[in-house]
Amino acid sequence: MSTLVALARALAAERGIAQPVCTARHVHVSDRPLVLIPLALAGEANAPLAAMVGTDPRSPRLLVVHQPRNRDQRFAFAARLAEIVLAHVGGYRSAAAVTRGAGSQPGARHVDAPQIIVPNPAGIGFIRLLGRSTRFRRSTGEHAVDPAVPVLGRWLTFFAERSEHPGSCLLLAATQALALHWASGQSPVEDLNLAALLGWIDPPPGMTGYEAALAAEDPVASPPAGPATDPTFDNEILAPLIAACGRSDVTDAVRERSRSSLETALSGQLAPTWTLVWQAVKLLRALPSAGRLATRWDADKDAFTSYAEHLRDGGPPQPRRDSAVAAARRLNWLERAQASYAAQRALDDPLVLADYRLTGEAFGGPVTTAEPDRLDTSGKRRKLRPVITVVTEDPIRVEPGAALVSPTRPGQTARVVSVSARPPDMPRSATGSDEWSPSNAAFGAEASRPLTEVALELSGGMGRALTAVPGSVPVVGEQLCYTTLTDSYQLHGQFPAREETPWTHGGPPPEYVPTDADAVEAWS
Amino acid sequence: MNDLEARLDRIRGNVAPRNHNARTVAALTSNPGCARRAIMDAAGVDKQLLASCAGFAAQFGQSQFAIGRGNAFEAQVKAGGCAELLRLLREHLQLSIPEVSYDNLDEVGGNTCREVRYARTRALLARAARSDQDAGTLFDHPLLRLQVGGRPVYLEPDLIAFQLRNRFYVVEIKSFSVIDGLADGEKVAAAVIQSAVYVLALRDLLADLGFGADSVADNVVLVCPENFSNQPTAALLDVRKQLTVLQRQLARLERIGSLVDLLPPALTFDPRLDEYGLPHRPVSELISDVRTVQARYAPQCLASCEMCFFCRDEARGTTAALGREVRDELGAVELVQVALRLADGTLTGADDQAEAAAMLRAAARLRSECLDGAA
Repeated sequence: MSTLVALARALAAERGIAQPVCTARHVHVSDRPLVLIPLALAGEANAPLAAMVGTDPRSPRLLVVHQPRNRDQRFAFAARLAEIVLAHVGGYRSAAAVTRGAGSQPGARHVDAPQIIVPNPAGIGFIRLLGRSTRFRRSTGEHAVDPAVPVLGRWLTFFAERSEHPGSCLLLAATQALALHWASGQSPVEDLNLAALLGWIDPPPGMTGYEAALAAEDPVASPPAGPATDPTFDNEILAPLIAACGRSDVTDAVRERSRSSLETALSGQLAPTWTLVWQAVKLLRALPSAGRLATRWDADKDAFTSYAEHLRDGGPPQPRRDSAVAAARRLNWLERAQASYAAQRALDDPLVLADYRLTGEAFGGPVTTAEPDRLDTSGKRRKLRPVITVVTEDPIRVEPGAALVSPTRPGQTARVVSVSARPPDMPRSATGSDEWSPSNAAFGAEASRPLTEVALELSGGMGRALTAVPGSVPVVGEQLCYTTLTDSYQLHGQFPAREETPWTHGGPPPEYVPTDADAVEAWS
Repeated sequence: MNDLEARLDRIRGNVAPRNHNARTVAALTSNPGCARRAIMDAAGVDKQLLASCAGFAAQFGQSQFAIGRGNAFEAQVKAGGCAELLRLLREHLQLSIPEVSYDNLDEVGGNTCREVRYARTRALLARAARSDQDAGTLFDHPLLRLQVGGRPVYLEPDLIAFQLRNRFYVVEIKSFSVIDGLADGEKVAAAVIQSAVYVLALRDLLADLGFGADSVADNVVLVCPENFSNQPTAALLDVRKQLTVLQRQLARLERIGSLVDLLPPALTFDPRLDEYGLPHRPVSELISDVRTVQARYAPQCLASCEMCFFCRDEARGTTAALGREVRDELGAVELVQVALRLADGTLTGADDQAEAAAMLRAAARLRSECLDGAA
């Protein structure tokens, strides 16, 4: 957490309503996301109890496992969920594919990708484990399952793994997506409660965020968003109903009534969260989309396309654990994605960039001098190298020679020529009228703060001639930010091929072949 | 000591005392600066009841499904004289265990009184520690005792002590799954710190009998279901780090006696229950008595202390209530209001706040600039 986010939390606490920490939306929200709210039976290893799922806020589908400890019923649940999820994914697979832009991998990518939204990070954990417990199953032989079940397992595993990639939006947790954009007046621990977080962001009329969040903690009025259920609900409502559904000494009609009571009870636990997730979707959609978001969604589409091809070509399910080389490669990938994601968000959003201005990795202020026609004559050929001066009151930690970029002029590099302290009350310069004085403009009456002058030499983005294209060089008085952050290409780490895994890492791992043991593994 | 006991009894009032267990001792060390919790736990106060009488009931219930699974798994591992457990100890830990006997210390001839059980545990462990025989012995549910805040507390036992070749191992059975060799990090962390509490208590007991610290292994055996099945699997976990943390925190815990001495003599948290269990003490009086003892609220308390909602309400307006990270980023300024007035410049702050104030002002300026003054 940064000081700016902490300040926003403090403001939210005082004002009784969440405060924005972004000026743009940094997560992609699909036109037709699949919202999935899973519930699991307490104590068991990811035993599905119920789910509310669908792409239309007005017509959710309810899936219920009447005997959550029964293996056949678990697989029946998986099969019904598979029907819905695979139909959703399939819709994007059959859509026309388009050729990727220049510079990206060869081949075509699907025009769009499916998105799944769950209420919270624990929901992502449920998807990961459901994927793990179903992806190795077989549709033939002993313990055969519905053929859709292992396919569901592979897709769910794909979505769960992809969600670890910074900036990926194929699988989103609503609480995380909201917390990225708003600071509540409570602690990050409490933000994990979707109802409480939404209470701060969008409280009902007549209530403060504080009051709404407090009300949201009552498990009766506002059931937990899963997968864990409220223990009191378990003990007082769920347990008797499950027992009633399992009775063999009653008529079919009585059992049917018990089943329908169980469905009503679970629907009652899920419906409030269903509404909240769609409320979150609506709030996120209302934010203006950040500039570089489309690039990241394109990467998601690429990942989706590749995995769809992998499955089409009969590729094996994801292994239980990564091999040494695959793990190292993945880690390197995640690190690069993390750095690039952080840079992209900062370049897209002045309020995110402000974090870096506070720590000296970026600065902002008005241009006070500009020499748009300056030529560098030191080399064989003369080059256009305009020099500008930016005055800032941000603390600066850049050295002469550093290459900077301005978010509003991404194609242009600014090299630091010099950094110097500017006397606070410097009189109006005699050099000319294009000198801009900070004491009478943006800084208002507070010109006594320490100011720094940064001289920058510009290159790129000004056309090929020795005179800059109009508008390509900042003019005096313009407010600009510069930062050391960069979203440019970073080198991939070098890793040996799988067959050349060194002995220090266990040597080449055996080729993964799904085993019978995997396929018939107990799920009890 | 009797004087202290009397004071603590008075603080608890006419309510049945609650025992410490490894979980409460572990929780104690996660927030050692909280005098309120230290006093309440030492006095055996029923915090759940007290919180609800004060109007701040917190849900710390456990689902019967979770309890059921936990019990069923434990029973399965212990069935047939711990047959499954022995198989695991042999296979996973490569222990060559020739022959094993099994002692259940859950009760002593029908007597479940703590003192009697503790004496019996002590006697049996002493005999085992002194004997030179090679055979292993499993002690189920030994009742242990630990010094907390300068006062002995009994630990509700939820473990097996396993002795092999003059060395004791703590075996902890938990019902969360280990999937492909990985388990929920938080649950493992909780299990490890609880095991460390047992290791410490077991060492305490043996030290009394003249045995050194190495008579109890600093590796504990964690038994959990494997993957999605009910089949148990075992892992040997190193708890040395947790032991160090625990010892340091327990040493830091102020002596309960000195804490109690600072409190008014008439102080009591007794809600004055009638025969139907209904409280008859005015809520405002109860609240003001609880507030006499200082708490140190942090959002982590929400997961571990029954008084959390009471203390959270009391801590409203402090930066600590927003989480330690937020508090640190706000320059450790105590109150939200003060941090915000330092940020908007209406407050200059003390000298030692100068640096925090400058940072906050810079943050506020940037925020307002980015939101066009609307921040």
